[in-house]
Amino acid sequence: MHVKWIGLFAALLFVAACTTATDETATTGGEGGVSTGDTGTTEIAATDFAGPVPGSPEDFMVNVGNSIYFDLDKSVLRSDARNTLDRQAEWLSRYPNKAISVEGHCDERGTREYNLALAERRAASVKSYLVALGVDGSRIRTISYGKERPYALGHNEAAWAQNRRGVTVVN
Amino acid sequence: MNGYTDKATTAEGASRLGRCVFLLALAILVLAFGAPARAQLSIDITRGSLEPTAIAIMDFYGVTPEAEQFGQDIAEVVAADLERSGLFRPIDSRAFIQSPEEVRMNLRFADWKQVNAQALVVGEVEIQGDGRVKAEFRLWDVFAEEHMLGMVFATASDLWRRAAHKIADAIYERLTGESGYFDTRIVYVAETGPANERVKRLAIMDQDGANLHYLTDGEHLVLTPRFSTTAQEITYLLYLYGEPRVYLLNIDTGQQEVLGNFPGMTFAPRFSPDGNKVLLTFAEDGNSEIYEMDLRTRQIERLTYDAAIDTAPSYSPDGTRIVFESDRGGSQQIYVMEADGGNAHRISFDKGRYGTPVWSPRGDLIAFTKSHKGRFYIGVMDPEGEEERLLTQGFLVEGPSWAPNGRVLVFFRQNIGPGERQTELVTIDLTGYNERVPVTPTEASDPAWSPLIP
Repeated sequence: MHVKWIGLFAALLFVAACTTATDETATTGGEGGVSTGDTGTTEIAATDFAGPVPGSPEDFMVNVGNSIYFDLDKSVLRSDARNTLDRQAEWLSRYPNKAISVEGHCDERGTREYNLALAERRAASVKSYLVALGVDGSRIRTISYGKERPYALGHNEAAWAQNRRGVTVVN
Repeated sequence: MNGYTDKATTAEGASRLGRCVFLLALAILVLAFGAPARAQLSIDITRGSLEPTAIAIMDFYGVTPEAEQFGQDIAEVVAADLERSGLFRPIDSRAFIQSPEEVRMNLRFADWKQVNAQALVVGEVEIQGDGRVKAEFRLWDVFAEEHMLGMVFATASDLWRRAAHKIADAIYERLTGESGYFDTRIVYVAETGPANERVKRLAIMDQDGANLHYLTDGEHLVLTPRFSTTAQEITYLLYLYGEPRVYLLNIDTGQQEVLGNFPGMTFAPRFSPDGNKVLLTFAEDGNSEIYEMDLRTRQIERLTYDAAIDTAPSYSPDGTRIVFESDRGGSQQIYVMEADGGNAHRISFDKGRYGTPVWSPRGDLIAFTKSHKGRFYIGVMDPEGEEERLLTQGFLVEGPSWAPNGRVLVFFRQNIGPGERQTELVTIDLTGYNERVPVTPTEASDPAWSPLIP
C-alpha cells in the first residue's frame, strides 16, 4: 500500500517541481500526474505548493527516508541503514506523539515460513536500534510480511536487493 | 464373506463453506467371488518410470437415460483419476469391441486381449427409488481371465463424484497394493493481482480440481493452510486487520478462531497426527520459537529454546518426533527433535539450504524444499537425513505436502517466463516422475493435501 503512496508522492513532487518552474513545464507535469491514475492534477498541485506538512507521514518519507536495506539472509543493520535510522530517531524525537509500524520484508528467494521469521527479525532489529537511540518501544509496532509484499517486481539481484528491506510507516 | 458396511450416513446441514464434505451415505458391498488364490495382475510401483498398465474402463451401464448419464460421468472420473496417477493408461473407448450391453450378457476376454487391456472395469448404475445413485462395478484381470474385485457404492446423487473417486481408490488399491488417494481434497491459496498487491484467498477443491470453493474473501492476507488429519478443520496464517496470527477454521460450520493469546506474530501451523494439537511458531523480538497448543485443554507448551530461527514444524505420523527448520547452525537447515523438544539434531548436511520439512504419513521419508546456487528443489530424505533424493527443480519450487498414501506430493512452483502463470500447483510421484499441474482458475500456492475423506 505504501508503494502506491510513494508513487503518488513522487508524482506530487514532480508536479510541484514543474509548476514552480514555468507554465510550459507545468503542462508537462500534468501529464506526469495523469500517469499515476485518476488523480486530478489540479488537486495534486493545490495540496503540494507548501511541500509536505512537517510531522506528517509524507514529511517522514521525503525528508527522512522510510526504507532501509539488508544483505542476503541477514538482519544486521548496514551502515547506510543506521544512517537512515538515525534520522528516523531524530524525527521521532521531534514528534513524540507519532507512533510507527516497522515492516520487515524479504526477497522472493527463500521459503515462506523462513522468510516470515527472517522478516520479523529484520523488523525487530530496526526496532531495537531505534529504542537504543531513545525512541520509546511502545511507539513502535513491528510486522513481518515475509516475501508477501515486494517493492521491486523483477526477478533479479537488483530487485531482490530492494526487497530485502525494513519500512517504517508513520501511523 | 460378503461384507456390508454402512458408512457415515447423515448429511442434512450442507455447510455454506464446503458442501462437499459430508453427506455421503455410502453403502459398500464387497462382492467377493471365491478367494482369488494365485498371483494375478499387480502393479509394482516401486520402480521409477514404468509403463502404465493398460486398463479398459467401460461406461457404466444404465437402464434409464439418467442412469446412463451417471454411468458415463462416473467412468470418466474413474479413468481420469487412474490416468493422473501415472500408473494407468485408460484405453480409448472407441477401440472397444464389446459394448456395455454385450459385456453384461457375455464377457469375452478375447475381445479385451485384442485391445491390449490388462485390466477391465465394468459397472452399472441404478437410480434408486429415493433418488440415490447406486454404482456397482467389477474389476477383471483380462489375461488371467479372473475376477479381482466387485463393489457397490450408493450415494446421494449430488455426491456421485465421491462415489467415482472411491471406485478409483478401490481399483488403485487392488492393483497396486497401496491405499488410494483420490477421495481427497486440496486446500490452497488462490492468488490474483500484481505481486506487490497480491490478493490471497483460501480455496479448497477436490483432488481433481472439481468442487472448488473459496473459504475467505481475500480482504486479508492468508498463507500456509494445513489440513487436520482427523477432522474437517484447517489451520493457517491470517493477517486479520494487519495482525498475523494462526487461525483454526471448521470447514463445515465456517467457524474461525484465533489460536492462543500470543502477544505477537504466530505462523507456520501444523496439526498433530491425532488432530488434537497444533504446532505453531511464535516470533517475538526477532526470535522465532516452536510451540505446541493442545486444542482440547488450550494449554500451550514451548518446545524450542534457541536464539535462532526455529519454525516450520511437522510431526512424525506416530507423534513421537518433530522435524523443523532452524538456522541455529548458521544457515537454514532441517532438524529433528523429540515431541517434547528434547534431543534436537540436524539431519540435512548436503550443500545448500533446507526448509519446509514435512514428514510422510508412512513415516519413512521427510519431504523438503532445498535451495542451492540459485535453484530450488523438492526432495525427500529418510528421518536420519540419509538417502537424499531430489525429485524436481525450478526457479522456485516450494512447500511439499503429502497425499495420504505417501506416494504423491503436491507443491507449488513460481514461474518467471513471460506469459507464464506466476504460481501454480504441481503434483509429482515419489519417484520424481509424473509431474502434473492441477487445474485452478487462478494462480495458486501453498497447497495442502487432505487425508482420505471419511
